[in-house]
Amino acid sequence: MLVKRTPDLTYKDVTPKGFYMGRRNFLLGLLATGAAVEAWKRIPRVFAGRSTGTVPHLLSGVTRWPGSTTEAVTPANDVMHYNNYYEFGTSKSDPSQNAGDFVTYPWTVSVEGEVEKPRKFTIDEILKLAPLEERIYRHRCVEAWSIVVPWIGYSFNVLAKAVQPKPSAKFVAFQTYYNPGVMPWGSSAGIELPYVEGLRMDEAMHPLTLLCTGMYGETLPNQDGAPVRMVIPWKYGFKSIKSLVKIKFVKNQPSTTWNMENPYWYGFYSNVNPNVSRPRWSQKVEHRLGRGFFAAPIPTQMFNGYGDQVASMYAGMDLTKYY
Amino acid sequence: MNFLRSVLTSKWTKVVVFALCLVPLGLLLWKGFHNDLSLNPVEYVEHRTGDWILRFLCITLAITPLRKILHLPQLIRYRRMMGLFAFFYACLHFATWLGVDRYFEWSLILDDIGKRPFITVGFTGFVLMIPLAITSTAGWIRRLGGKRWQMLHRLVYFSAIAGVIHYYWQVKSDVRKPLEYAAIVALLLGWRVWSWFANRPKPGAARVKREEAVTAETA
Repeated sequence: MLVKRTPDLTYKDVTPKGFYMGRRNFLLGLLATGAAVEAWKRIPRVFAGRSTGTVPHLLSGVTRWPGSTTEAVTPANDVMHYNNYYEFGTSKSDPSQNAGDFVTYPWTVSVEGEVEKPRKFTIDEILKLAPLEERIYRHRCVEAWSIVVPWIGYSFNVLAKAVQPKPSAKFVAFQTYYNPGVMPWGSSAGIELPYVEGLRMDEAMHPLTLLCTGMYGETLPNQDGAPVRMVIPWKYGFKSIKSLVKIKFVKNQPSTTWNMENPYWYGFYSNVNPNVSRPRWSQKVEHRLGRGFFAAPIPTQMFNGYGDQVASMYAGMDLTKYY
Repeated sequence: MNFLRSVLTSKWTKVVVFALCLVPLGLLLWKGFHNDLSLNPVEYVEHRTGDWILRFLCITLAITPLRKILHLPQLIRYRRMMGLFAFFYACLHFATWLGVDRYFEWSLILDDIGKRPFITVGFTGFVLMIPLAITSTAGWIRRLGGKRWQMLHRLVYFSAIAGVIHYYWQVKSDVRKPLEYAAIVALLLGWRVWSWFANRPKPGAARVKREEAVTAETA
């Protein structure tokens, strides 16, 4: 029997000499292509077109609030580029890079729950509800860094009185805007979103509790919680919830984001308290941003130094239990 | 491959690798001089040095698997250097925390080490590296004897694990990066477990040898 075998390789199949000799160059070419693709991805969005989101503008008619701290104000640039806003990324520099396309005008906030006159407020209505004040507050993060910020706004109780809370309202629940479409980083934040916070009624009505619409003379930058946020200066920063869309007066203590994430580490109250440490950070001292590498940490004050005004609300409470 | 081997054994390669390992420190110093260590420079230096400890620990742990898999025994020449650089960045990391973050406030420092699990575990990982750095010299290998020296230096496995746990417990909620390190360390330690099982002398093989010896004696 004749076995006819066709050769499985012919001259046609021979790798061209040039290509064979150039295999190292081919690999280098692959590497170079990979590097170029990576570099392209990293080209700042400046070249890809301007950000399409809302940008801050000057606020006029702002009066000076007499209670401001006289401590040195943290440079605006620091406060705008060192943010915790997990919807826009978990690194401190992420939000200022990623929130550029966030549209924060027009905007409405729904105020509802145990109130006589539930209603929606546009951001323009909020800005006109009371004279805007510049209040320079210390702001202490649970991560043991702090800043001093000239916030702009007015006491939250102005807004609360406008909707007339019922006697049954014992707490206020706050909610941040959340849209995975404009906040794709939120899905890897490791916390449940939308971000929610809460205050006891007397805390919410305290004159220090600020409904904040600006800082450093302008409306809020997106990464700092535009267009409207809370600022509660005697509590750790995460209580000062950003980009509010819903405020609900409720009967029972509401769930709060970090408390749900780890109830042992983050309490509902989360008052600044150097005597109650957390498993992650000692709360005895803090690093003030903008002071440089070799600056000594400064001692953290009880209630962040606002004890004269707020301590009475917690009289008789065991603050190591209700931390 | 022969070219690669001669590169690996060259004295100059070692010098270049040594210089490369100092680049992260150089970058930190450069940024420090140009006031560019982010807005929270203490945290920034802690995070960058911390990253490099874990990277050097991973590189150190990768040397043995790589030299076995790639048949490049010459790689061993770099293991001590990599381990010592891990220790070097650990010293910088620890010193930054001790001196700049905690400002040598001993009450704060002891409180942190005792009460904050992520610091306890990180500190443990660092302390475990100290005897390894001390006994990294040829003289100590001789004094301890190869077997005992090797046993002692397996502590680096625990340092690497402690480092990953330290990182995992330090981040607040976004655990992607610590998990990447965890995966790499798990892979590198897993390879050791696998190769230990694979290279274990089979009980059958041992018996055959003994029988052979017996026959040889009786013959």
